[in-house]
Amino acid sequence: MRLRVIPDRPSAVRCDHGAMASAPQTAVAPGQPAEGEPDPATSASGSGADAPQGDARSAHHRLQRYPDRGLLGGVGAGVSEQLGVPVQLVRFAMALMLAAGGIGIALYALAWRLLPVAPESEGVERPRGAWREAVVIVIVALAVLYGLRRAGLLLGDSLIWPLVLATVGLILVWRPVAASAGPDAARRIPPLRALLGSSGRTELPRPVVGVMLVAFASAALLHALGVLGNLGKALSAVAIVATMVGLLLGPWLVRLARSLSFERAARIREQERADVAAHLHDSVLQTLTLIQKRAADPREVAGLVRRQERELRRWLFDRHDSECGDSVKALLGRAAAEVEELHGVPVELVIVGDAPVDTRLEALVQAAREALTNAAKFAGAERVDLYAEIGPSRVEAFVRDRGVGFDPAAIPDDRRGVRDSILGRLERHGGHAAITSAPGAGTEVELVVERGRGERGQVSMSPVPSS
Amino acid sequence: MSDEREGARVRVVIVDDHDLFRAGVRAELGGRVDVVGQAGGVADALETIRASPPDVVLLDVHMPDGGGVEVIRRICGELPDVRFLALSVSDAAEDVIAVIRAGARGYVTKSISGAELADAVARVAEGDAVFSPRLAGFVLDAFADVVPDAADPELDQLTPREREVLRHIARGYMYKEIAQRLEISVKTVEAHVGAVLRKLQLSSRHELSRWALQRRLVSLD
Repeated sequence: MRLRVIPDRPSAVRCDHGAMASAPQTAVAPGQPAEGEPDPATSASGSGADAPQGDARSAHHRLQRYPDRGLLGGVGAGVSEQLGVPVQLVRFAMALMLAAGGIGIALYALAWRLLPVAPESEGVERPRGAWREAVVIVIVALAVLYGLRRAGLLLGDSLIWPLVLATVGLILVWRPVAASAGPDAARRIPPLRALLGSSGRTELPRPVVGVMLVAFASAALLHALGVLGNLGKALSAVAIVATMVGLLLGPWLVRLARSLSFERAARIREQERADVAAHLHDSVLQTLTLIQKRAADPREVAGLVRRQERELRRWLFDRHDSECGDSVKALLGRAAAEVEELHGVPVELVIVGDAPVDTRLEALVQAAREALTNAAKFAGAERVDLYAEIGPSRVEAFVRDRGVGFDPAAIPDDRRGVRDSILGRLERHGGHAAITSAPGAGTEVELVVERGRGERGQVSMSPVPSS
Repeated sequence: MSDEREGARVRVVIVDDHDLFRAGVRAELGGRVDVVGQAGGVADALETIRASPPDVVLLDVHMPDGGGVEVIRRICGELPDVRFLALSVSDAAEDVIAVIRAGARGYVTKSISGAELADAVARVAEGDAVFSPRLAGFVLDAFADVVPDAADPELDQLTPREREVLRHIARGYMYKEIAQRLEISVKTVEAHVGAVLRKLQLSSRHELSRWALQRRLVSLD
């Protein structure tokens, strides 16, 4: 059973892809700040004529970044892809923006954080390490600041550094929102860490660090503007107003939040109900209709009922089974079901443990199927028991019936082939089989296959990825 | 059968939330046992059992208000002589193991024949354990993963003999056939099954719940 995690993994990956595919359409909140970015870019480059073209493209092609193509985060490459202009032009426009007040750094950093990585750039290793990115950023920032100061365009350190700090803080606070919409969130962390230096590695939650940075930046700004002295009065005024507003709107907000969550829960319930209804319609209702039609044939009705029962059980209790590929358990279950359907004899199935199928186990399943078919066809028993135990080093299966039995020493010729396909097949795969039977005492077929050592390692399974 | 085991007929209460099913079980059991009461819910069941304590309660695992586990928990301390046999369509190992751990002396599936059910009821009435092939499979599975508790390794593992007996049950053998094959007496087979039942009920909750958790996280049986 633990082993089933292995085939489960691809399905989890599939889910991620699904989320990625749907994220651009559904992620409204993080999309907005991201879309805000190209506007200054287009206005700064003075190419207003490009804007409509960009809009038309974004209808089917969202703004993304291409880390494998860009110098830093691939934002420029993304903008150039979006607008259909050469990437150099975009970079030049960005450089102009940087020169026009330094706020371009903040904009670029924001875009880096918030834009999703283009799927085609996903997973492409960048030659640069995160620390090199950080070095590049710091050098560019210092160069720009120095250039601005020489040009006399700068507002002054007292304004720029608080702004940079506030930007970093805002990135930290907003990041979880963007991350929740984008599957590449994990990928974006390393450059951010590099940006932050040691504070990125602290145990403090990012939003807290972000809020602290923003608060510090605000205080620094206020101090620079000389209003810190009046801050006390201003704060108390703000606090009083905020309290008033809170008291006025509080109950309404609470009610709104509650009704929203109610609505959500109701929607989820409705969705589940629809799923169940759809399943019942496709399975149980269909079978009931068939049964009504075939009411004259009790054997067929019994078969239909049995098959439906098995399917419903699987749906109710074994939902994970259907997702993953071929485990021994699944294959044995399928073989039992087929024999039941073909010969109308119920098979009682008990399986302990599970493992992925290899050629040896495949042979065991085939032999078991053959033995089941034999029992169902010749034994004349009311039911057949199949017990399989899948251990770490060997797999055993027992097919037992309480039918007429026979003398194994005097196997009739017409059963020879069948005997070969059970005994011979297992021997070819390094296992063995034994048939115990006597006239009137039923039959038991014992099938044993040793498992390769290679599979042992897979028996121990790390905990399921955190969910 | 019951008559050869005991002079008086076994008194049985059937607890199941489906009327149709109760009627069906009653009809299947026929005259083999004495059905002294029926109940369709937990509260109902407690009342019926207290009013006239039966030998055996045939208990559905799945019911509203806590299911069979709740009934066993409430009655166990009060009326220790009442024994429980779980009867279920459930294929979920957790549910079955849970009801056994609560104190049921056996588990059979609802597809069991009337004669077999009567036999199982008689066994349980005598204080023996009744393991269906499926339950034996669940138990083997449960103990396959258990890492012995350092404090009491005996309790957390099955002996090779117990394992052998369980495997035979899972393969579809009756107690008598198992006794023959292993060259022991039927009483010894019963003793082994009883020991397994006790281990199942007493073994470290931590280890078995770890097992259940693992199963639920990854897959339901």
